Amino acid sequence: MSTAVAESPADIKERNKKLIGEVLEAYPDKSAKRRAKHLNTYDAEKAECSVKSNIKSIPGVMTIRGCAYAGSKGVVWGPIKDMVHISHGPVGCGQYSWGSRRNYYKGTTGVDTFGTMQFTSDFQEKDIVFGGDKKLGKIIDEIQELFPLSKGISVQSECPIGLIGDDIEAVSKAKSKQYDGKPIIPVRCEGFRGVSQSLGHHIANDVIRDWVFDKAGEKNAGFESTPYDVAIIGDYNIGGDAWASRILLEEMGLRVIAQWSGDGTIAELENTPKAKLNILHCYRSMNYITRHMEEKFGIPWVEYNFFGPSKIEASLREIASKFDDKIKEGAERVIAKYKPQMEAVIAKYRPRLEGKKVMLYVGGLRPRHVIGAYEDLGMEVVGTGYEFAHNDDYQRTTHYVKDGTLIYDDVTGYEFEKFVEKMRPDLVGSGVKEKYIFQKMGVPFRQMHSWDYSGPYHGYDGFGIFARDMDIAINAPVWKLTKAPWS
Amino acid sequence: MTETAEKIRDHFELFREPQYEELMENKRKNFENYVGDAEVARVADWTKTKEYQDKNFAREALVINPAKACQPLGAVFAAVGFEKTLPFVHGSQGCVAYYRSHFTRHFKEPTSCVSSSMTEDAAVFGGLNNMIDGLANAYALYKPKMIAVSTTCMAEVIGDDLNAFIKNAKEKGSVPLEFDVTYAHTPAFVGSHITGYDNTMKGIVEHFWDGKSGTVDKLERKPNESINFFGGFDGYTVGNLREIKRIFELMGVDYTIFGDNSDVWDTPADGEFRMYDGGTTLEQAANAIHAKATISMQEFCTEKTLATIADHGQEVVAFNHPVGIAGTDRFLQAVSRITGKAIPEALTKERGRLVDAIGDSSAHIHGKKFAIYGDPDMCYGLAEFILELGGEPVHILATNGNKAWEAKVQALLDSSPFGAGCKVYAGKDLWHLRSLLFTEPVDFMIGNTYGKYLERDTGTPLIRLGFPVFDRHHHHRSPVWGYQGSMNVLVKILDKIFDEMDKSSNVAGKNDISFDIIR
Repeated sequence: MSTAVAESPADIKERNKKLIGEVLEAYPDKSAKRRAKHLNTYDAEKAECSVKSNIKSIPGVMTIRGCAYAGSKGVVWGPIKDMVHISHGPVGCGQYSWGSRRNYYKGTTGVDTFGTMQFTSDFQEKDIVFGGDKKLGKIIDEIQELFPLSKGISVQSECPIGLIGDDIEAVSKAKSKQYDGKPIIPVRCEGFRGVSQSLGHHIANDVIRDWVFDKAGEKNAGFESTPYDVAIIGDYNIGGDAWASRILLEEMGLRVIAQWSGDGTIAELENTPKAKLNILHCYRSMNYITRHMEEKFGIPWVEYNFFGPSKIEASLREIASKFDDKIKEGAERVIAKYKPQMEAVIAKYRPRLEGKKVMLYVGGLRPRHVIGAYEDLGMEVVGTGYEFAHNDDYQRTTHYVKDGTLIYDDVTGYEFEKFVEKMRPDLVGSGVKEKYIFQKMGVPFRQMHSWDYSGPYHGYDGFGIFARDMDIAINAPVWKLTKAPWS
Repeated sequence: MTETAEKIRDHFELFREPQYEELMENKRKNFENYVGDAEVARVADWTKTKEYQDKNFAREALVINPAKACQPLGAVFAAVGFEKTLPFVHGSQGCVAYYRSHFTRHFKEPTSCVSSSMTEDAAVFGGLNNMIDGLANAYALYKPKMIAVSTTCMAEVIGDDLNAFIKNAKEKGSVPLEFDVTYAHTPAFVGSHITGYDNTMKGIVEHFWDGKSGTVDKLERKPNESINFFGGFDGYTVGNLREIKRIFELMGVDYTIFGDNSDVWDTPADGEFRMYDGGTTLEQAANAIHAKATISMQEFCTEKTLATIADHGQEVVAFNHPVGIAGTDRFLQAVSRITGKAIPEALTKERGRLVDAIGDSSAHIHGKKFAIYGDPDMCYGLAEFILELGGEPVHILATNGNKAWEAKVQALLDSSPFGAGCKVYAGKDLWHLRSLLFTEPVDFMIGNTYGKYLERDTGTPLIRLGFPVFDRHHHHRSPVWGYQGSMNVLVKILDKIFDEMDKSSNVAGKNDISFDIIR
């Protein structure tokens, strides 16, 4: 099926260039010119991936991107489990983001935990005309009455809030005062802000800085630190990813004092500035807050990648290098402990997956971070791209991709279909909107946002599941049935 | 025990392993500021009381777990039902990502839709340039035969005028002047997804019948013998529309399904991705003006559309998502009366088979109490069927139901002894229903996937019928309309009843005296 097997990087680059040219032909000139900057082939001789990023999507195409609200509510704030997050505005945004990211948590939903609930101010026309601040105040009172064990409230602004000029900050401040300093936090993540969900991450991070850290005051005075305190930053616990990561950190002797934000709590957010090291998984969504903690509290941060044994091993050593010998030995112990398990997984699955070509298109960190896990299984990523990356993400991508890899930023539905049609990879890893398109084309697919409702994929425990799932996708008998025997 | 290559444990089993239980327990104890099991249990018990229910029902501003979505979702649903039609949502792009995901998760099918990707500058200056570029790109790239424009709340708040914008874009050459671009204003802060369906259908009717925004002459109606059919916003549209076509063909009726999206959400996997498939042709949409009458399967989804059609001189007839014998009888009789076609023997036999099935099984349903939630019309149709089966629809709840709907369902309840003591709740949400299920429990609940949280909290078994159904596959392929569709609904209800019987009698040596193999 794959066409790229014996080609040299030069051939591949030439073919990709031609392919990009063909794809761009379908656009009106102005749009072709704009899209051309987002499509390229990685050239190992150049320092960067050389695509433009974090620029407005062109109107009228099927961009796969979301919005700032999705970035704040769906990613950063939503997974904080002991808070009530109000989708402030019309009913839709909350409804569509309800339970769809699989941020697993432990708790009694509706009593002390609220992760899989949809709270909305359900804006009506009169709220648009007269403003929704009074309503918001009342909503906060009603939450206080009905959910006394909620530890905080966030107000996630939908588009109309910013447009009609509501003062949600004033309401939040007044209500927080009324309820003894309970964190009540306004987030200006209206969907029209920025060019994708990315700005929503940034806004949400800034709000944590201003409304959680700055206001936490002496709340964490009784917190007893240890030299081994770390915080997991940027793991949303999809299918339990953060737990499969946390267990390794604890096994090597570290104490995880906070988990952001999957299975997280407001208490953990407040305690994070006490960490000795912030360890950052999703750089895109949370680098802002780790940089802030570095500047303000002097907490260093380190990126890590817990997909696949090679990257996990390197990351455990990297994290341990920031600590003493006890932790370094701990890391070696953990690596050694899981080695046989990893070898067994690879022995079982590599023969079934060796040489298979993969094309990715995801968000956050995954367009680069999962490449190592595929390589551990003998697979090759031939094309990759991000929904909402910035230039620094593409710089980081160069550490992962091979010479000649096709790179596509904010790929449109049209481009992605053409690329897959021409390159015929053995597997596409992308989101739910793309899944059924490629499956109808007869190309195996895994959802790399939600893990196709499987998971975890992080950590040593996650790798076995990852390997199994790729085998399920690629080697399913159904792909041999696509063509009728008489056609 | 950690993962082994022999047996891969995913989240279902992995996190029940002791090392993970311990990890979560330590996290809770040391870092979460946890209030303690006793306090959680105390508050959990309190949420089950009448006192809590009273507070819950006293809510005026907060909405929790609503059973409705916003207008543009309905607009997309309506638009994809036309031949090679691309839904185009004017506003911020994140919304479109949500609509596409939402439909994809329900139908397990791709959903194509574009946005004009409005951002801050459009918020300040208006979205005209986005419309101009957007239509040009969509036209060039996706080669549609028609583009159906709707709006998000953003475009509505800033007051973008679709008619003027589309005209302007055409003048700038985004699409040819004669190219069909229909439009509907669908603010998310008015009504719900069913309103968006209605507005979009009305917009399409007006476009084709009333001179395409002044660019051609209005059509002159020349009545013929055909009928138009609107299914309304319906999660079973794939199965239902095919069943309706079968029925019409059996009757020999000349019909137009207005907005037939049954094929686009059920394309084959044969190596080709079909972005457009099937759908009402644009010619059919225009010719629909000549029909003798228009039938809507869902009154509350088509109020404005039907009014517009009536203004053009057609008879309009609306049903409320009929399910069951009487509902299907009324539907077929109306079709027969309007078209003059007899109801064929084949359908009479199907009716008899459904009556036969009900006779065989209704003893298991008789006297059972049900809660029903969902869209207004579906709630009505299911309530009527439950009454027909001798069940009691104790709570009937539609977050997007209005007073007129409430009165209509109340009249239905009043018409049957099984409706005594049953109540209708317009505008309430699933957190209200949670309270009701604690204080006035029922035996079964009928509704969409979100009911699984209620099933867990209250122990009320859930029969999945409605939109969305995300956590079960392929339900939308089977009809719930017509006698055969009603049979499917009956079987679904019975299966759940029997599953519950088995579950309550399956512990060997304890409670398994009634663990029967014949029921």
